[in-house]
Amino acid sequence: MAFVAPKETYSGKVYQVNIGTGANALSFGGENVLPFNAFEGAVPNKPVIAYEVQDVPPSDWPENVQKPYSSVSGDPVTWAKFCQETLKAKAIALRLVGTHPDRENRSPEDAAKTVKDVLSAINVPLIILGSNHAEKDSPVLIAAAEASKDKNCIIGKAQEANYKTIAAAAMANNHKLIAMSELDINLSKQLNILITQMGFDKERLITDPMCSALGYGLEYTYSVMERIRLAALTQNDLTMQPPMLADVGMYVWKIKETQAPESEVPLWGNAEERGIAWEATTAASLIMAGAELLIMRHPKAVSAVEKVIEELV
Amino acid sequence: MLIIGEKLSIIAKRVREAMMKKDKGPIQEIATRQWKEGSGIIDANIGPAEDGGEDLMQWMVTTIQEVVPLPVCLDTTNASAIEAGLKVHNNQWGRALINSTSNDPERFPILELGAKYNAQVIGLTVGKGGLPADAGERAAIAAEIMARAMEYGVPLEDLWLDPLVLQIATSQDHALKVVEAIQMFQEMNDPPMKTVVGLSNISNGCPKHIRPILNKYYFLMLMNAGLTSAIADAHEMAEALNEKKLLDDVLAGKKIDNPEKEKEIKKTLDVIMGRTLYAHSYLEM
Repeated sequence: MAFVAPKETYSGKVYQVNIGTGANALSFGGENVLPFNAFEGAVPNKPVIAYEVQDVPPSDWPENVQKPYSSVSGDPVTWAKFCQETLKAKAIALRLVGTHPDRENRSPEDAAKTVKDVLSAINVPLIILGSNHAEKDSPVLIAAAEASKDKNCIIGKAQEANYKTIAAAAMANNHKLIAMSELDINLSKQLNILITQMGFDKERLITDPMCSALGYGLEYTYSVMERIRLAALTQNDLTMQPPMLADVGMYVWKIKETQAPESEVPLWGNAEERGIAWEATTAASLIMAGAELLIMRHPKAVSAVEKVIEELV
Repeated sequence: MLIIGEKLSIIAKRVREAMMKKDKGPIQEIATRQWKEGSGIIDANIGPAEDGGEDLMQWMVTTIQEVVPLPVCLDTTNASAIEAGLKVHNNQWGRALINSTSNDPERFPILELGAKYNAQVIGLTVGKGGLPADAGERAAIAAEIMARAMEYGVPLEDLWLDPLVLQIATSQDHALKVVEAIQMFQEMNDPPMKTVVGLSNISNGCPKHIRPILNKYYFLMLMNAGLTSAIADAHEMAEALNEKKLLDDVLAGKKIDNPEKEKEIKKTLDVIMGRTLYAHSYLEM
């Protein structure tokens, strides 16, 4: 007798979110099964990887991940174009880290100009991220959302402390919104509820349960993502059905394992390969947990994960 | 169902200040109120009480029993403070209850005190190494505490098993595991073991307005599982008992003629039973 795989059916479904405009617009989410279990139901879209670009030169990145961008990263527009044209990025994540008060403290107006310039240079979807400074992100992301009105971008990240203004700006300018909470499934649900109670459509949300790197709490992120997805599918929990973001690059490229040169830790081997492997492994784990949108840095890590995705679908 | 009035706890500012100043007024007022509201034992939680715990516990026990004809639950990790309290406890109002022993060797001497002073002892089903994972682990720890109680000369009728209620806001899956543990504990002896919970921990960390709702329906579910006592707010639990029929009707799938109440009960049951993920605004969804 031929083997028949046992099949699970679920009552819930992940919302499909589309971003960008025109021919390069993208969709992710939309599945009604656990990650990559296409034999049980519908998996209409693959996870999307966005290349991370910053509004200021990436002097805070380890050298091995600065290197691929060394000729372009002095200017966010050139950098973004390079990602789109040379690296064939399907989406770009512009992090306005230069607006952080402890960094260059760039103004919301400067941020808005960067957003406009980048948008006019690319035609793939854009994710616009603040500097993760809850207070400063409010005016910065309002300005950024206005500067990108009707371009169907993703704005983020709205947190408990600032979600009202950021969600209102995303709503007024027809964007999608990232809602981030700190590795707590109950607070993640609560934030999604609060944002939708403002009148923000839950089908325009993306949940960021907070990323962590392999060796630095990856299993917590994995478990929270897994439980969010199970609540969405098995309990048909409408508040937990937005697709999920894994902001991988930022968390991976600040740990010791992606920074320490081989001369210091010979047993760890080549630092560049190690960093790429670390980013790829972290990202590959999180797509298994259910992440549909990833933000990554090293082109070789992105290629490796895209290959994994191709093999899984 | 026996309610152990929870309000005399060092965590409450007013109580803490009264304890520090040895001001009998607030302590006796709160003790009397809890007695009137239906408490059968008054909990005296003096915290770790590393300094002067003996004096403080004696003062609490005598202060409470001066105005209230009830036994006291001596609630501290300081064994010598418990012993001091037991020495002055007026057993005319009933036998003292000690909170608590556990499976942590540091808490074994509590059983000696129970035997020596003929007091009843709460056995918290935790060990030295972290929290129990499920009902089975709680029962396994309970069995060890029961064996030890017998060894120390505390009769099993005097050992009250406490499965450790955790916060629903952070450990939702434990809500139902504790209910299961209450059922399992009773089967571990004949006559069934007595059980107790620190009830309001279920809603610790939740918004103020939903705390009584979670406390009440969780209490009723534990009661349905056979719980024999709870350290709780006596006033709130009296309200809960008034709503018991409503809850039982909802559990039986019957309609009740108060749709708002029905929704509140259903949503709370869904959260307790793990059918819906908890969020602070769960009642609004």
